[in-house]
Amino acid sequence: MHPALQAETLYIQHFRKKDEARPLSYYLEQMQGYTALGKALKMAPDAVIDEVKKSNLRGRGGAGFPTGMKWGFIPKQSPKPKYVVCNADESEPGTFKDRDIMRYTPHLLIEGMIIAGHAIGSKIGYIYIRGEYTREAKLLDQAIAEAYSKGYLGKNILGSGHDFDLTVHRGAGAYICGEETALLNSLEGKRGEPRVKPPFPAQAGAFSGPTVVNNVETLANVPFIVNRGGEWFSSLGKVERSGGTRLISVSGHVKKPGVYELPAGAVTIRELIYDICGGITDDKKLKAVIPGGSSAPVLTPDEIDVVYDIEPLMKIGTMMGSAALMVVSEDYCAVKLIKRITKFYAHESCGQCTPCREGCKWMEDILHRIEDGHGREQDLALLLDIADNINGKTLCALGDAAAGPVSSFVRKFKGEFEAHIRGKKCPNV
Amino acid sequence: MSKVLSQKFYDEMKKLEPRYPNKVALLLPALHQAQEESGWLPPEVLEEIGAYVGIHPAQVREVASFYTMYNLKPVGKYHLKVCTNVACCLRGSDEIVEHLEKKWDIACGETTSDRKFTLMEEECLGACGTAPAMMVNDDYYENLDIPAIEKIIAGLA
Ligand SMILES: Cc1cc2nc3c(=O)[nH]c(=O)nc-3n(C[C@H](O)[C@H](O)[C@H](O)COP(=O)(O)O)c2cc1C
Ligand code: SF4
Ligand code: FES
Repeated sequence: MHPALQAETLYIQHFRKKDEARPLSYYLEQMQGYTALGKALKMAPDAVIDEVKKSNLRGRGGAGFPTGMKWGFIPKQSPKPKYVVCNADESEPGTFKDRDIMRYTPHLLIEGMIIAGHAIGSKIGYIYIRGEYTREAKLLDQAIAEAYSKGYLGKNILGSGHDFDLTVHRGAGAYICGEETALLNSLEGKRGEPRVKPPFPAQAGAFSGPTVVNNVETLANVPFIVNRGGEWFSSLGKVERSGGTRLISVSGHVKKPGVYELPAGAVTIRELIYDICGGITDDKKLKAVIPGGSSAPVLTPDEIDVVYDIEPLMKIGTMMGSAALMVVSEDYCAVKLIKRITKFYAHESCGQCTPCREGCKWMEDILHRIEDGHGREQDLALLLDIADNINGKTLCALGDAAAGPVSSFVRKFKGEFEAHIRGKKCPNV
Repeated sequence: MSKVLSQKFYDEMKKLEPRYPNKVALLLPALHQAQEESGWLPPEVLEEIGAYVGIHPAQVREVASFYTMYNLKPVGKYHLKVCTNVACCLRGSDEIVEHLEKKWDIACGETTSDRKFTLMEEECLGACGTAPAMMVNDDYYENLDIPAIEKIIAGLA
């Protein structure tokens, strides 16, 4: 067994118990449930924020932004109500970890949100959950009702004088609503179109009030940090500036796909695939790895000795994103794969920015014709040019998320693209 | 105008009202609740929801049409949404879609003539570790292959 699997886990030991772990009684007895809340309510809000800063907790939603710093941006005084919004949209292809938190340990998320409310001075929270997760939305509703009945939510929580109300708000099928400002528009009953920034949500977010938007896993970590200290949480991480454990979603051609929890930065991608996930399906050869959800530029087998964490991946031109690793074995066509990814972005572009709206569709069409054997020699340069004209030129990061994968596939699998164009068909079939 | 939405709809909305600073924020919950009752969102429902939250029916449609889960056209009794995004296509979702298209002689996006099944391709459902995955109405089915799909369909009365 890989030593990283013997490290302490915060989540997996409870996930394994499945439905048994969900009730409030389990949370109270086995997970020190709501003791962090009691502790935090006795602390000054700034002391809570300092503890989170010390923990080196970085956002688990995709960008890896330091959570304590984000909370620190919220103005102390505000004429408008402040909000804590949980991003439970989990729409980045390849990601399926937040679902387990909401299914098996929903009280961790609820407790984390109440503590966040105390830290930033907010009395109102929303969990924006993707519409497809109907079952998880119901489970959250039940857990919230349990928390209200015991006085962890509502007025004068645990006699502290602090109030907090929490509501589950269901999305309705739109990837872009995972982008935080699109999510806020959607919460307000509008089309899920990203907003122009600034103002950032910390100044004007939900209903124009100062708002913190955090991922499910980010918020679920908060009770651990308050109970056991920021320094302890930080020390779980094996690389600098990255605290805690990571829930990693592994999918595609591995023998044992699933959600794994490992200390941040404890393994390389090679170890993750071969030692943790049992290697490639049918013992085939590895062809490609998409390391951070489908928005992350692709890696080839010679690049997988990189440590699987935020900064090491950034250094080699890709990203950890939502920690969703997708593994592709030798006989799957690279052109077909990137066409499917690009089709997704073309479909999900909200259409506000011309480079994203037109560029994604154009790239999809070109990739389609290459796949079908109708590609032209100049198409590869054209793809790179279009990707270049999207990158950094759009309102939100969806544009970059579409462009990065295309340029990385074209550069790293150039031979396979050329074989499609010259042979006028897919060489893999 | 006579009401098409049920008392239950209005009761549910009453419960949610205090949770939001304004009524427009109830638009998505209202569309979900209405669709749960009637399976899709006909124009008279959009109109009544508009009157309830206080916006023009055209604005309701503008929002509803942004989201793929709201059915602005009727769908079959069983709405199959097969994920064909990366993790699922790496594990054979294309064959599943092809199989169903052939079996029912429809293309994705269409409904069988007996109005029993609607078939759609779906983007990532967040079940990639148990790919391929699909939804039938509100329920997830995972680790699919063609025999598994056949069994599921046979169980849908
Ligand atoms: C196109 C797009 C999709 C996103 N989808 C998600 C998502 O599904 N879940 C999520 O938590 N963050 C998602 N994000 C990141 C959010 O915008 C935001 O950074 C995050 O919720 C902040 O929380 P964190 O700091 O806790 O990570 C997405 C961003 C973009 C640009
Ligand atoms: S980059 Fe794309 S998705 Fe983002 S706002 Fe612009 S058009 Fe919409
Ligand atoms: S790719 Fe199919 S569920 Fe994620």
